[in-house]
Amino acid sequence: MATQTLRLPHTNVSRLDRHALGRRLVWAGWVALVLAAITSVSVGPTGLTLSSLPQAISAALSGSDSAADAYARLVLLEVRLPRMILGAFVGASLGVAGAMMQGLFRNPLADPGLIGVSSGAALAAVATIALGSSFAGPWVRTLGAWALPVAAFLGGFATTMMLMLIARRHGTTAIATLLLAGIALAAIAGALTGLLAYVTDDRELRDLTLWSMGSLAGASWQKVLGIVPFALLLLLAIPRFIRALNGLLLGEAEAFYLGIEVERAKLWIVTLTAAAVGAAVAVAGTIGFVGIVVPHLVRLIAGPDHRIVLPGSALLGAVLVVVADVVARMIVAPAELPIGIIMAIVGAPVFLHLVIKRGGVMSAP
Amino acid sequence: MSRFLSGFAALAIGVAGLATGASLAAEVKDATGEIVKATDTSRLLSIGGDTTEILYALGFGDKIVAVDTTSQFPPEALNKKKVGYMRALSTEGVLSTGATLILANWHAGPPEVVRALRTSSVPLVILPEGEGAASLIEKVRLVGKAVDAEEKANELASQLQSQFSALEAARAKISEPVRALLVLSVNSGRALVGGRGTTADVMLKLAGAINAAASLNGYKPVSDEALIEMAPQVVIAARRSPQENVAGDIAALPGFKAIGIGEKVPIITMDASYLLGFGPRAPQAAGELMAQLYPQLPK
Repeated sequence: MATQTLRLPHTNVSRLDRHALGRRLVWAGWVALVLAAITSVSVGPTGLTLSSLPQAISAALSGSDSAADAYARLVLLEVRLPRMILGAFVGASLGVAGAMMQGLFRNPLADPGLIGVSSGAALAAVATIALGSSFAGPWVRTLGAWALPVAAFLGGFATTMMLMLIARRHGTTAIATLLLAGIALAAIAGALTGLLAYVTDDRELRDLTLWSMGSLAGASWQKVLGIVPFALLLLLAIPRFIRALNGLLLGEAEAFYLGIEVERAKLWIVTLTAAAVGAAVAVAGTIGFVGIVVPHLVRLIAGPDHRIVLPGSALLGAVLVVVADVVARMIVAPAELPIGIIMAIVGAPVFLHLVIKRGGVMSAP
Repeated sequence: MSRFLSGFAALAIGVAGLATGASLAAEVKDATGEIVKATDTSRLLSIGGDTTEILYALGFGDKIVAVDTTSQFPPEALNKKKVGYMRALSTEGVLSTGATLILANWHAGPPEVVRALRTSSVPLVILPEGEGAASLIEKVRLVGKAVDAEEKANELASQLQSQFSALEAARAKISEPVRALLVLSVNSGRALVGGRGTTADVMLKLAGAINAAASLNGYKPVSDEALIEMAPQVVIAARRSPQENVAGDIAALPGFKAIGIGEKVPIITMDASYLLGFGPRAPQAAGELMAQLYPQLPK
């Protein structure tokens, strides 16, 4: 495995250079995120910019509030700011979850969307929407606004656990089994989602269709609260998994001999990624391709070292979703294009390009 | 003294001005129970095909600055700025239209956007849910109140009321109601038909027909065999554009062939937005449908 890593492109760059480059990349990622965040709060169909914020805030503090100031505060602080924060956390969660899963499953195709985790989360969320008024009524009423994120989390987690159970035999994870099982689970979840869509009425059906394309248009501070705890858990856990994931690059047995508690790391990674992806799906619908394209882009630039891949994927994922969301709200303004469509239009060709450039098959991430 | 008088007169005019200003600030309780103050009706945003039709019928068409994508009638509405599909609005997109009053269908959403719009200074009036004579008249009255055109709205409402009553009287004369099936479209060899709880169902009832697809809930695709089982005596094709040949597509399906489409079972083609829009044209559309279903019925 180690020799194979050396045979990948960019072998002319020594490891030390790679790491320095990677660190610069992480800094560049922070700069890009700050720029994207400022753009996101500054740009929108109303044409209001960040420059009207100081006036709007001081007016509120001094009590001499005008309608225009209240309007500026609503647009900037209640619409754009939660939207930007939501986008950043969703993007970071999806990027890191993708990177961790690819490292954990030792497969470049592992992505919460592709192996059915998102589908499982989506199924649970859709069930909450469709059955919330009848079958699951008491449950949904008790949990209130938390019903959807909790359901999506449980759905994502259950799918991931099922996948692990199916793909693991005699202490090892069979990658082909894993991928095929993931595709099968995604198909089952998709079919059940379709079944629910069939029994619901026409309007709910349209809601489900729109929801499945992903959108940050319904962003609110409540939704920000829905994802931040799960996303932060995943992001703050990054340093704890770097060694394990780097060890796994060499192979599962090799990682074990390096003294890494492989099984424990697996359980934690699966739990945390399922939680974050579930929450992301719950607040923004299914946004594809972040989980797969972002980590690969980072690896292409900075190599497979998870010290760079994990934070890099978080930053690039956040930047990508925040920027795509600006496009989503501007391109057909005053209407709104679902962000999932933009991600797929941009993401799929990039991914195709990667596949062609790399000769189609990558045996290790 | 004269100065005092003129001052008084100015004050009086000022008060009168204030009074008319206040009467413009119509306070309406919308369908969600929210008390909405509509002060300025110069720039309207209309969300929902029915809302737009009502506004045009009340003569407020030129005050509309933007509509949603379900607003397909009258044709002038198609030239208005679009804020997207009514279930997928964006707060900032809606606010960017500069509307001074938003009138929205019950199903406008998503809920987060509606909530955010409620906190904005732009008044938002949500119209009652449901399709039917009563809710249509309620919608007309509420829109009239919100745009300060109550008189005109009452006129339209009573006109609609008498149209619905005329329909009812006509229905009483039907001795043998026909089993009718409303087909929305034909997709990959299956017809999408209107079942229970759809506007199609409401319109069939208004026109004095029995919905042959009443066993289904919502708009559902049906197989050839289910179609034979439904045994419609007449099929209504709702076409979305004059170019669309839904009747031809229907006639080509084996299931419809089996029930004798075109011969034993006639096909009636009607414009979908006219038949299913359920705006102020609804009673007229129902009357037209009834006339086609029961040609022998005395006027």
